[in-house]
Amino acid sequence: MNINATLIGELIAFVVFVIFCMKFVWPPIMGAIEARQAIIADGLAASDRAAKDLELAQAKATEQLKDAKSQAASIIEAAKKREAQIVAEAAGKAETEKAKILASGHAEIETERNQAREELRQQVVVLAIAGAEKILERSIDAAVHSDILDKLVAEL
Amino acid sequence: MSSAAELTSQEYIKHHLTNLSADAQGLCSFDSSAANPCDTFWTLHLDTLGWSVFLGFVFLAIFRSVAKKATTGVPGKLQCAVELIVEFVSDSVKSTFHGSNPLIAPLALTVFVWVLLMNAMDWVPVDLIPWLISIVGGVEMSHVYMKPVPTTDPNMTFALALGVFILTIYYSIKVKGVGGFIKELTTQPFGHWSLYPVNFILEMVTLLARPLSLALRLFGNLYAGELIFLLIATIGLFQLPVHFLWAAFHLLIIPLQAFIFMMLTIVYLSLAHEDH
Repeated sequence: MNINATLIGELIAFVVFVIFCMKFVWPPIMGAIEARQAIIADGLAASDRAAKDLELAQAKATEQLKDAKSQAASIIEAAKKREAQIVAEAAGKAETEKAKILASGHAEIETERNQAREELRQQVVVLAIAGAEKILERSIDAAVHSDILDKLVAEL
Repeated sequence: MSSAAELTSQEYIKHHLTNLSADAQGLCSFDSSAANPCDTFWTLHLDTLGWSVFLGFVFLAIFRSVAKKATTGVPGKLQCAVELIVEFVSDSVKSTFHGSNPLIAPLALTVFVWVLLMNAMDWVPVDLIPWLISIVGGVEMSHVYMKPVPTTDPNMTFALALGVFILTIYYSIKVKGVGGFIKELTTQPFGHWSLYPVNFILEMVTLLARPLSLALRLFGNLYAGELIFLLIATIGLFQLPVHFLWAAFHLLIIPLQAFIFMMLTIVYLSLAHEDH
């Protein structure tokens, strides 16, 4: 329990250990810790930045969505208007077409009726002549009695 | 324990508190024959030296291996543990010492871990190492002298305190100059020139009390702890739970004493750097 040369030995050991620690232990460990701290700080800053960017992007996206919606609404509006216009135009065209077709149909019917009537008249004339011939049992000179026959045709 | 049959309690404790020593003439003998009683200064406590140097190597080997493989990426478990200690010491230094000195932090780390490891030898059962030696060496337990806790040897604690003291003086002179240091020792607390000798005496007491208290505090705590372990070892079967309790109590004492030693080292060195 007395003080002796052990003290000197321990003092030497102490000095050697401290120098070793100062040269070969402390700097690399502290360096690693500080480097990692820097990396972590960078990472945190980057994540902060990313969060801010995300917020901005979200705001932008919302804005764009709103724009797109209003644009879509206006497009739909225009399309509806255009649709109504097209329908109206088509209806008008169809109306005129119908009138045209009807008119031409009427005209055709009229001519055909007139034609048929004319034919009928001719045939009636022929029939009348044939009937008259039969009645008179004599051939009537068509040329001589044409005036009478024309009169008859006109009366039909 | 096992030697209680051969030794009285008093002899047992005395035996366990004797260092394995040697001087120029060889191993010292503390038995009745007293062929080489080692009463000169040039005696070495082989157990204190051996265990302290071994534990110092353990500390440096672990920390050096981590330092070599230190990665800035995801650290391994050992690296985490080592970094925890390094950060703890670094924070302690930063909170107390506000200058820039590349020595203080590694010094504090060395002091803390080394003292912690040496104190931790207190947890090794008092008879375990002597018993192993007696089995391996084939000698009787009563002839085995081995104190495996280096900090229960005042030579160890005074060596540490003296190292810190020398650094304190060195930095005091380096920072303040010889004149500044002498001025600090003489011109306070009393400002009048006639009281300078009184100041000097007071300041010298303050200066010298630091290493003395630093060494004696660590030594006293650990020596007392070891002594009580030895006392407990003499009480027979009941020693087992009592040993457990005392060892559990040392969970507090061992790191606390290491921490106090480190903290005071930092404080004394930062005082040396302060210019009044």
